[in-house]
Amino acid sequence: MAQNQPKNPEKHSTFIPKEKKSTKPFHKTPLLDQLESGPWPSFVTGLKRLAHNNNMMVDLLGQLEHSYTTRKGYWKGGTVSVFGYGGGIIPRFTELMGSDGKPMFPEAKEFHTLRVQPAPGNHYTTKMLRQLSDSWNKWGSGLIAFHGQTGNIMFIGTTSENTQHFFDEINEYGWDLGGAGPCVRTGMSCVGAARCEQSCANEQKIHRTLVNNFIDDMHRPALPYKFKFKVSGCPNDCMNSIQRADFSVIGTWRDNMKVDQKEVKAFVKAKGRKYVVDNVVARCPTKALSLNDDDTLDVDNRNCVRCMHCINVMTKALKPGDDKGITLLIGGKRTLKIGDTFGTVIIPFMKLETDEDYDRIREIAASTIDFWAENGLEHERCGEMIERIGLANFLEGIGLEVDPNMINHPRTSSYVRLDEWDQEAEKWKNRKQQAAG
Amino acid sequence: MAEAPKMRPPIESGCPDAFQYMHPLMIKNYGNWAYHDRPRPGVLHHVAKSGDEIWTVRVGTQRQLGPYEINLLCDIIDKLGEGYVRFTIRSNMEIMVSSKDKVDPLIKAFEEAGYPVGGTGNSVTMISHTQGWLHCDIPGTDASGVVKALMDDLHEEFVKEDMPNRVHITTSCCQINCGGQGDIAINVQHTKPPKINHDLVANICERPSVVARCPVAAIRPAMVNGKPSLEVDEKKCICCGACFPPCPPMQINDPEHSKLAIWVGGKNSNARSKPMFHKLVAAGVPNNPPRWPEAGTIVKKILKVYKKDAKDWERIGDWVERIGWPRFFELTELPFTKFHIDNWRGSRHMLNQSAHIRF
Repeated sequence: MAQNQPKNPEKHSTFIPKEKKSTKPFHKTPLLDQLESGPWPSFVTGLKRLAHNNNMMVDLLGQLEHSYTTRKGYWKGGTVSVFGYGGGIIPRFTELMGSDGKPMFPEAKEFHTLRVQPAPGNHYTTKMLRQLSDSWNKWGSGLIAFHGQTGNIMFIGTTSENTQHFFDEINEYGWDLGGAGPCVRTGMSCVGAARCEQSCANEQKIHRTLVNNFIDDMHRPALPYKFKFKVSGCPNDCMNSIQRADFSVIGTWRDNMKVDQKEVKAFVKAKGRKYVVDNVVARCPTKALSLNDDDTLDVDNRNCVRCMHCINVMTKALKPGDDKGITLLIGGKRTLKIGDTFGTVIIPFMKLETDEDYDRIREIAASTIDFWAENGLEHERCGEMIERIGLANFLEGIGLEVDPNMINHPRTSSYVRLDEWDQEAEKWKNRKQQAAG
Repeated sequence: MAEAPKMRPPIESGCPDAFQYMHPLMIKNYGNWAYHDRPRPGVLHHVAKSGDEIWTVRVGTQRQLGPYEINLLCDIIDKLGEGYVRFTIRSNMEIMVSSKDKVDPLIKAFEEAGYPVGGTGNSVTMISHTQGWLHCDIPGTDASGVVKALMDDLHEEFVKEDMPNRVHITTSCCQINCGGQGDIAINVQHTKPPKINHDLVANICERPSVVARCPVAAIRPAMVNGKPSLEVDEKKCICCGACFPPCPPMQINDPEHSKLAIWVGGKNSNARSKPMFHKLVAAGVPNNPPRWPEAGTIVKKILKVYKKDAKDWERIGDWVERIGWPRFFELTELPFTKFHIDNWRGSRHMLNQSAHIRF
C-alpha cells in the first residue's frame, strides 16, 4: 500500500477547522480511527471535521463507534415529514439507551435524512453545490451523500424541527423532496444526450416528464410499495434500470447501425485483424458481424440485437442508427420479496419525439401505476404482481397487446386451457393487417 | 383559542431542469455528439458533430461529503475547471472542461488534495453502497467502512485501466440488497431469525403489515404471555430482516451470526450477453470491522484470477459463463457447498440440464 499512499492523507486527517463550534468533548473512536489511513478519501475524517462544527456529529461518531464495537446497528424508523407532504424523509431515532433509559448519545438521538431530487444526469454548478451545502450546514449535520441508491441527494442527520426549516429554505431556491415509503420514487437518468454519442433518447425530458407527472404520488405515499423510474439512453443501461426500476426506459434504434468504413479500416490498421476478429466479430452475440478481406465490416442488421458491444469497442467507426426510440421494460427490482426480477419488455420499440409520443408514455405509466395500485398487495412491487397474476393479465389490465419480443421462448407447459385460441389468433391477424395498412 | 401558526405550503416543483446546471458545451451539443475516447485513465474526451470537444476528469469521492470537502472540491473546480460538475451513479465526480490544457492541472490539484482520478474504462471503479450503521435501520454492517477499506486496497485498480473489462462492485448491509448487484457484490446475510420482544409488539407494530412483509410466510399472529404478539416459524425464516422496519421489537441485528457473503457475475448492460444477476460464491465471511480483511482477501483473489484468466471485454459474468462454474471454484479456491444450489421456487432451470461437462 505504501507506494499508493496519496501525497497528503496527513493533510486531511490533521486538518482541524480554526473555529471549534461543538461544545461536547469528542468520544474515543479507536476503531473508526483505523479507517483514516490509506489512499482512499476517508469518510471518518469527514465525520470528525463535522464534529468540530456541531454536537450532533460528536454524538453520531460516538454511536457509530459503538456500532463498530458491538457489531450492531442502533437506528429505528418513525414518522417525520414536512408540512403538506407525507414522505420524503427517512426518520431515524436512536435505540441506544443507557441504564437510566436515556439516550447514550443524546445529541444524535434524532438523525433524520431528507431525500432531495437531483436534476436528471446529476448535473450541478459549484455555486449550487455550495449553496446546498451551506443550507445543510445551517439546519443539519452538514453531511450529504451524493447520491443514495434510489438516486436522491441524501441530506443526512437533522432533528424533526429542522427538517422543516431546511426544506423551506431549499424549496425556495428550486429543490423538492423525493420519495420515501410506498410511493413513486426519485428517478435516475444517465448523462445521455448531454455528453454521450450513444444516446438514443432525450433522457432529461423523459425523466422529468415521467417523474413530474406523478409528483402527488411521490409526496403523498399511498401505493402498495415503491415505484421507480430510471432512464438509460442506450442498451448499455448505465443507470441499471433493467434490474432496479419498476419502469425502465432504454434508448434504442430500429434502422441500420451506422458504419463508417473508413474508420473501420483505420481501427483494423491500428489494432490488427486478430484483435478485431477476436474482440468485435467473435463477441457479437448473434454473429451479425463479419470482417471483409478489404478490412471493411459487414453487418447483418436484421439479426443485430442492438447489444452495443461493437459500438462500445469501435466508438469512432460504429454508431446507433437514425431511427431512434425507446424500449420499455416493467417490473425490475431487487430482492424483496420474491427474489430479484428483471424488467420485462412491454413495448419493444416506440418513438419519443412528438408531444403525442410523450402523452403516450405518460398514459402507459399512469395505467401501470393505477392498475398496480388497485391490484398489488401490501408491500408488493409491480414486478411481483406481474409474477403473481401473469404477464397476459397485466397487459390486458393496462390495455397493451402481446408481442413475441416479450418472451425468451413460448410456454413449455401444456397444462393450459386454450378455449379462446381462435379469437386470439384472429386478433393477431387483424393487428398484422392493420400494421400492413 | 389561539390561532395555529400559518405553515408555508411546499412548492411542488418535482425534478429540477438540468439545463440550468449543465456545462454550456453540453447544452450546445445536446444530442449531437460524434464519438469519444479515453486519453488516459480517469479522463474522457467527447467530440461533437460541430467539432466542439469536451474533456471530463473523473474523481473518486468518499460519497458522504461535508462542507469542507464540498468547498475544497468546488474551489479546485472553480479555479482550474469551469464551475460545472456532475456525479456518476457510483458517486464519482465528473468535472467537465472545454480545453485540453485544463485537464492536467485539474488532475494534479485533485491528487494533491487526496482525491484519486480514475474509475473510467476497464478499471475497478468506486464501490456503490448503502448507509449501513450510519443511518440504516436493519444493517448487518457498515457499508461505508467496508467500502473505504476495500477502496484503499483497490486504489491502484481505480487509477489504472488494467482489467479485462470494467468492474462494478457493490455492497449491501443486509440481504434485502439495496446496494444492488455487481460484477462483485458484497452483502451481509443475517443468519438468525429475529429476536422478538413480545412485551412491545402489541403497542408498536401493525401486525397484519408485518405478516404481509415476510417473503416466506413465516410470521403469524400469536398470543404470548396473554398479549397479542407475533411468532416466527424459524424453520421457514430466511433471516432477511424485512419484519424489523415495521416492527422494531423484531430485532434482526446479531453481532456474532451476521456474516458477509460474496456474489459475482452480475451486470445490467445488454452488451454481448443479456443482463445477468449476481450469483453466490462465498458466505460465512466474518463481519469484522473496522477493516473487514477476510472479505477483502476474497474480493482481491477473485479479481486477480479474473484479471489473469479473462479475455478482453469479458465482464466477470461473461468470463465465468465461458469457463464454467466448476473452473471458477477451482481457480478461486473457494469451497463449493450445498448452499450454492438454489432451492427458491422456480430454480430447477439453474441446474445443469445437459451432459456438457469440462474435464
